[in-house]
Amino acid sequence: MDHYTYLHALIGGLLIGFASLIATLLSGKVPGISGVFGRLLVPSTPDKVWRLVFLLGLIGGAALSFSLWDSAALFRPLRPLWIMAVAGLLVGFGTRLGGGCTSGHGVCGVGMGAKDSIVATFIFVAVAMVTVLVYNRVIL
Amino acid sequence: MKAPKAFGFLVAGGLFGGGLAISGMTDPARVIGFLDVFGKWDPALLFVMAGAVGIYGLGMFLLRKAASDTNALQSLSCARLKLPTVGPSSIDRQLVIGAAIFGVGWGLGGFCPGPALANLGAFRLEAFVFVPAMAIGMLLAQQFFGADR
Repeated sequence: MDHYTYLHALIGGLLIGFASLIATLLSGKVPGISGVFGRLLVPSTPDKVWRLVFLLGLIGGAALSFSLWDSAALFRPLRPLWIMAVAGLLVGFGTRLGGGCTSGHGVCGVGMGAKDSIVATFIFVAVAMVTVLVYNRVIL
Repeated sequence: MKAPKAFGFLVAGGLFGGGLAISGMTDPARVIGFLDVFGKWDPALLFVMAGAVGIYGLGMFLLRKAASDTNALQSLSCARLKLPTVGPSSIDRQLVIGAAIFGVGWGLGGFCPGPALANLGAFRLEAFVFVPAMAIGMLLAQQFFGADR
């Protein structure tokens, strides 16, 4: 497990999909991470407990995997911290305005064949690719 | 919430976070490597999405079939099975602009919400800068446009 291969990518993906399926069954909602986290920040949200438990599980599961496998613990930051702050603002604002992120639109929405999620996923992947192109070729 | 259900959410979250870490999606260089189609392209994210979309799509298809099948309803007693509905798709300006803004942020940082939160578990400074900023961005969007989009 210590040398990363595309099999790791596939297995990790299967785990993400399966976990989303369980959370959908238990909550009756589409468990996209941006929605789960964003609604946790709204005081009037009635179902805060499962959101909190799910996200704590996510952090714990990741921490456990980091400590078990070197391939999972690999972390190569490419951007200065102030860029990460700007990126965080944009990701937070954009995902809540657009109604989902890589998991809500990308995994669950696309998995259910929802047209709006397919369009949103196409847009954010394409725009992110252009952003990387511009950052690497123009800014650097 | 009853304890078994809470435990279920904890396990689901754990599998999700483990999946993110094992698939390498918590490494911003791997995500940016996928997005860098004109550079040294890394297709790993495609394998992650194929696995995740495949199992979720198949699972939801089977669950819906079970829920609509009256015999299955009686035999499996899943009459209370509650599944989210795929409503009439609303591809509006907010969806398009929101997805585009998210795309800029994702390309800039190499973090989307799940991996950013997962990296809190390794006490990585990037995550501790990114997540509070993300929370502020979410609060702003929810303040101006509502939380139920």
